[in-house]
Amino acid sequence: MLLSEIKFLVLKDIKLEFKQRYAINGILLYVVSTIFVSYLSFAKIIDPATWNSLFWIIMLFAAVNAVSKSFVQESTSRQLYYYTLTSPQAIILSKMIYNFVLMGVLSLLCLLVFTALMGEFVVNYPLFISALLLGSFGFASSLTMISAIASRTNNNFALMAILSFPVVMPLLLILMKVSAAALSVGTVAGNMKFLAALFMLNAIVVAMSYILFPYLWRD
Amino acid sequence: MYNFLKNNWWKLLGVLFILYSIIAGFLIDIPEVQGNIGQSMRNLFFHVVMWFAMMVMFGTSLVRSLRYLSTFDIKQDVYAIQTVNVGLFFGVLGIITGMEWANFTWGTPWTNDPQLNGAAITILAYFAYLVLRRSIDEENKRARIAAVYNIFAFVMLIVFVGILPKLSSGSLHPGAGGSPSTVNSLDFAMRLVFYPAIAGWIIVGYWLTGIRVKMDFIRQHLDNPE
Repeated sequence: MLLSEIKFLVLKDIKLEFKQRYAINGILLYVVSTIFVSYLSFAKIIDPATWNSLFWIIMLFAAVNAVSKSFVQESTSRQLYYYTLTSPQAIILSKMIYNFVLMGVLSLLCLLVFTALMGEFVVNYPLFISALLLGSFGFASSLTMISAIASRTNNNFALMAILSFPVVMPLLLILMKVSAAALSVGTVAGNMKFLAALFMLNAIVVAMSYILFPYLWRD
Repeated sequence: MYNFLKNNWWKLLGVLFILYSIIAGFLIDIPEVQGNIGQSMRNLFFHVVMWFAMMVMFGTSLVRSLRYLSTFDIKQDVYAIQTVNVGLFFGVLGIITGMEWANFTWGTPWTNDPQLNGAAITILAYFAYLVLRRSIDEENKRARIAAVYNIFAFVMLIVFVGILPKLSSGSLHPGAGGSPSTVNSLDFAMRLVFYPAIAGWIIVGYWLTGIRVKMDFIRQHLDNPE
């Protein structure tokens, strides 16, 4: 029951996206131009530590921008319509899955463009990509929940940043640690405890959203 | 007089505990410690205590928020916000006393240390909570959404403060392994001051909360007297 609802809602979001073509294109352009700006201003950077922090800062801002419109894109009356049709749990889980797909595409593209412009620093690709995907899911899930909170307030976009930065900071710090390892001599096995911590963090966020979202949804 | 004492003995107890901890905190002999901590270890009675009081306040606020979501009683929400206010007061005092100590011991008020960053992020999250509340006008909606953020942020911060320092390799901060003066190795005389100090500040924290809650109810009553 819940699964089929989620499936329909995710497909609905993807179809909506392909019809409008505005969110995904906008956010891709945002990432590419941010990377280009940093390419121009840094000229040529070149130590792995700078590469790493710049990459994750760009990812953080791209994620906040990409996810922040999850709940404001559709009108209140249409949300009311969904309210009568589905359970709130299906809504939040489907938004998370959709945002995860979006963030996954976004982060791989970001890696591609960033490597092309700023130089190739990643040594251990399996480790880096697994951190990137776990990070995409973490960003997607926690920011979806925060955007649900922010969408209920009067100034959604300013609050999105204020509310989300403290909450995603644990995630971001672990991610930067893993990816720093992937830029030097780290191995997947050696960083297992960080990957496990990322996984745990994601599980906690999903569980909390599952429990708390119904209180946000009823209005 | 008898009735006054009967109703307010715990406030008196809190004040006495704090006075005792300040006086004894400066007077008792403390053991010699290796390194440059030395006499600055007395900050245990002032700085560390603030964090304990802050965490108890934020924990209480979490319980109030949970109770709000299960009963939808607006009174719980007033308690939740006022405990956060008092907790933030302790948090800011904790940061100030910590920076003063760090400036003396480490030579710089702030270093990139998991414990310090955890404290800073905690305080940022609760200031964000205050901003969130300001941006919603309708009372019941504000209470509900703020409660959700309060619970969400508290759990994430427990993860941050509890798990992250264990994953990172070594912290300069006392109490984080590898450095002297952990709470477990306190000598008996210091414990005799440390625990009453914690109790005293927590009691005064609850007292402050109570006063602020009453102020809030009076203000609401003045705004719309039925």
